[in-house]
Amino acid sequence: MLLAPIIWVLTVVVMYFFAAKVWWFPPPINQHGLAYDAQFMRTLVITGVIFFFAQFALGWAIFRFRDDGRRASSSHGSNKWETIWTTATAVLFVGIVLTGTKIWVAVHLSDPDPNAIPIELMAKQFAFAFRYPGPDGKFGETDLAQVNDAAGNPFGLVDKDPAGKDDIVSASLKVPVGKPIKLIMHSRDVIHNFFVRELRLKQDIVPGMEIPLYFQADTPGTYEIPCSELCGLGHFQMRSTMQVMAEADFEKWKQEQAANK
Amino acid sequence: MSEPLAHAHHPPQGFIRKYVFSLDHKVIGIQYYFLALFSVLVGMSLSLLMRYHMVHPDAKVAWFAKLWPTAAQGGIMTPELYLSLMTMHGTIMVFFVLTTAPQSGFGNYFLPIQIGAEDMAFPVLNMLSFWTTFVALVVMVAAFFVQGGPPLSGWTGYPPLSAIGPLAGPGEGLGQTLWIVSIAIFCGASLMGAINFIATLIDLRCQGMSLMRLPLTCWTWFVTAILGLLGFAVLLAAGVLLILDRSAGTSFFVPGGLLVSDQILNHKGGSPLLWQHLFWFFGHPEVYIAILPGMGVTSQILSTFARKAVFGYRAMVYAILSIGFLGFMVWGHHMFMSGMSPYSAMAFSVLTMAIGVPSAIKTFNWIGTLWGGKIHFTTAMMFALGFVSLFVTGGLSGIFLGQPALDLYFHDTYFVVGHFHMIMGVAAIFGMFAGTFYWFPKMYGRMMNETLGKIHFYVTFVGVYCIFTPMHYLGIAGNPRRYSDFTNFDFLGKLLPVHNFMTQAAYGTAAIQILFFINLFWSMKYGKKAPMNPWNATTLEWTIPSPPPFDNFGGQHPVVNHGPYEYSVPGAARDFIMQTDPVDVAHVE
Amino acid sequence: MPSSITSDIVKPPAPPRGGGFGGGGGGGSEGWGASRRASMTGLMVLLAATTMAFAAFTSAFVVRRGISNDWVATPLPRIVWANTAVLLVSSLLLELARRSLKSGRRTAFNRYWTAATLLGALFLLGQAVAWRELYAAGIFVATNPSSSFFYLLTAAHGLHILGGLTALVYVDVQALRLRLGPGKRTAVDVSAMFWHFVDGLWLFLMALFLVWG
Repeated sequence: MLLAPIIWVLTVVVMYFFAAKVWWFPPPINQHGLAYDAQFMRTLVITGVIFFFAQFALGWAIFRFRDDGRRASSSHGSNKWETIWTTATAVLFVGIVLTGTKIWVAVHLSDPDPNAIPIELMAKQFAFAFRYPGPDGKFGETDLAQVNDAAGNPFGLVDKDPAGKDDIVSASLKVPVGKPIKLIMHSRDVIHNFFVRELRLKQDIVPGMEIPLYFQADTPGTYEIPCSELCGLGHFQMRSTMQVMAEADFEKWKQEQAANK
Repeated sequence: MSEPLAHAHHPPQGFIRKYVFSLDHKVIGIQYYFLALFSVLVGMSLSLLMRYHMVHPDAKVAWFAKLWPTAAQGGIMTPELYLSLMTMHGTIMVFFVLTTAPQSGFGNYFLPIQIGAEDMAFPVLNMLSFWTTFVALVVMVAAFFVQGGPPLSGWTGYPPLSAIGPLAGPGEGLGQTLWIVSIAIFCGASLMGAINFIATLIDLRCQGMSLMRLPLTCWTWFVTAILGLLGFAVLLAAGVLLILDRSAGTSFFVPGGLLVSDQILNHKGGSPLLWQHLFWFFGHPEVYIAILPGMGVTSQILSTFARKAVFGYRAMVYAILSIGFLGFMVWGHHMFMSGMSPYSAMAFSVLTMAIGVPSAIKTFNWIGTLWGGKIHFTTAMMFALGFVSLFVTGGLSGIFLGQPALDLYFHDTYFVVGHFHMIMGVAAIFGMFAGTFYWFPKMYGRMMNETLGKIHFYVTFVGVYCIFTPMHYLGIAGNPRRYSDFTNFDFLGKLLPVHNFMTQAAYGTAAIQILFFINLFWSMKYGKKAPMNPWNATTLEWTIPSPPPFDNFGGQHPVVNHGPYEYSVPGAARDFIMQTDPVDVAHVE
Repeated sequence: MPSSITSDIVKPPAPPRGGGFGGGGGGGSEGWGASRRASMTGLMVLLAATTMAFAAFTSAFVVRRGISNDWVATPLPRIVWANTAVLLVSSLLLELARRSLKSGRRTAFNRYWTAATLLGALFLLGQAVAWRELYAAGIFVATNPSSSFFYLLTAAHGLHILGGLTALVYVDVQALRLRLGPGKRTAVDVSAMFWHFVDGLWLFLMALFLVWG
């Protein structure tokens, strides 16, 4: 009785906050993000319909079949209904995962773009560091024993390797707009995670593994990068930013960095 | 020399034998229940501290400094303290509440009775399993009191964070070791329990109690025991490997090339992903262990108070079996973002969607059970109805998370936290409340207070929706989980009002639980005396006195002639036929 | 007769009386049927759990071996072969003991069972010697992943041998004190079957070490 309207009100309130997008994704800045949002909406609509009807039916059953003197039905079930809703659920659930497969394949199972700009990421307790190969296009050798955060050498660039002399180390990720990027991710202590909401992309950074993440950002701006895998007491402070800029500005920035060496 | 039948037919003598080292499954069930009750108080207190800190990260609280002089200097909770409290909250809730009360608590008490047996198959093993669990809890709680405090690596304990010792953070010394040891002991206790449950259910059923006449509670306790048996064995193995990495210098999980706190570590060649695979191979069945008994209790109670047979009993049994079976094949959905093979991710995803199907069947069948029924709104029934609503809400968010494509955003956000709290932190708890109100009259021979029960129900039901639904919105906004505060990111600052709302809702919902405790303890002494069958229910526990004698059936052995949910049978004299009623021509099963 | 805590673990509880067969569709004669069956079920459950634990260790073994290049095969100490033989013989002796008991030859049963128990203890001693040999050769737990697994797997197996040995000793003591009545038949069978399982497990581990190092 009282439970029925309470369930209905809760259902409507819950659905309202989804429909009104009161707290929502930030706008996407890449094609993948658009595909992502479409898949999300498909899933939201399907689960929303199921949510509404299931809660409504529950509330209705509570209301309609409260004890008012009638006798209860002696039914033990219905094979017909079982078959219908089992099949419908199976089709819907498996269907929704299949429609999302393209997105997953695009991110993780497609041929990498050979023109992707390589940028290295080093995650550590509790900061991200990024490295660009510099004009020679080569990443210099690194050695854990050479790491010196205070001196601005989080990667542990080795002095005697000339290829590393022009490497650009940055605390934030800077990328040119509309160009494919290959982010080569390492961790030098525990598991961390690289996440940019606007890219709709996330990836654990696992020590002992080198994990590439390919993406492209199509809208200029500055976007926050929150570490998204518990890495210790500073996890909540482990922050960086991704700055997406016009290609000309990106080139200018790289030259400025090279000049400052 | 003849086999002495003695011990099963003499009531136990002496306080120690009756209440401490009892071999009676009913006493052991109550012991487990109260262990879980204590644990839930601890776990809930930890969560309130967490919610407080998230919205008042810089607050000075005098008694923080008294409790934690190092970790809360000046009364301000440090991030490491927050993470330790969070780790212990999850661990204590999952192991000592959700794995304990529904299965070892109610299952121990009622499985033997519902199948017509006079005790579990191995009473001494049963007693040992409780006290082993108790020791595990003591060791776990001890982690609060050692130097460095409890671990901060979450209930999932991912290495290298959990494997490299105090270099990784406070609590990662002795605290983390005690945590692993406690869990290893718990694994042993679970195994002992599983042996009893499975042997009892397979071999001690009374005459006429065929598998297809078992109450659904028994089916869930059975499948849950199998899940625990196979899952905890793997967790034990994983824990042993982790302890070796921590203290024997091995490198099962820890790779080379690590620089922590300016020190280069000696490990090399290990794989952090190996831990994740082993842990989640246990961890996923674990969540079904947490929910299945609640599903069984819900089926039982909905049927009783709608005066109607469970809709599709056979389908419900197959659903329970499928959930158990598939539950072992989906662990990878916790690892979509881990760096594991994207092909594996796709396989796990399809299986994860598949497991949604039997869950949906159960939900439809619950509604089907109510449909055309004659519903009596007792408190037990309210909680069972609440279970269904919460299971729908919590289960549906799984549809998002089971897709790796969508997990690219939602992994490690509050969307996940909302999902598992709805299912485990609420639906499963509602199953326990429902079971308490339903079976209390049988256990204590007295009725609980319905008014207190209903107030407690309504406030809790609305309260938990207020606490946990907003987490889904936070997840959509990208709020990461396991953050001790939200002051370092622009986008998080905007979400603080939601966190404030959730914190207030948490305080209110926690406060109303006092009504439950008052009801529980007051009713034990002063509740109205309960008849043998206050609910006019059909299963075997309602054929014996409230509370039952030490050997359940007084030396008799019941003979079962009917299925478990024969309500409102046309032509029958009453609107229910008990399982032990004589064979009735009006209905043939 | 007061039942001791240890005796109850192996001794099945009193079976249900009256009403004939003990449960929907089960066979088993009245009395011992249900409790013997329950003990057998309990054993199967225990073996399932043990299998899972070692399956977890084995999969960790396989994975760890494949992901790194620091795997150096652990040289099997020669005594391990002798230990294997000792274990196999002990299983054989247990079977001879059981057969003797079936045909009522109590003295033969006592001899075989005691011999098997002693051999079981000898196996553990032999394993300790194997560890000593490795230690002397400078191969410790953390030396390399292969040695880590060797110590781990032999230790885990050894723990299970110890558990089985406890059961064997219990039965042996009961037998030698002339307290091994028909009610303890199940204890004999359950202990023997557990021992055979642990024996088979050892053969599996030996194969793992020999083939995959």
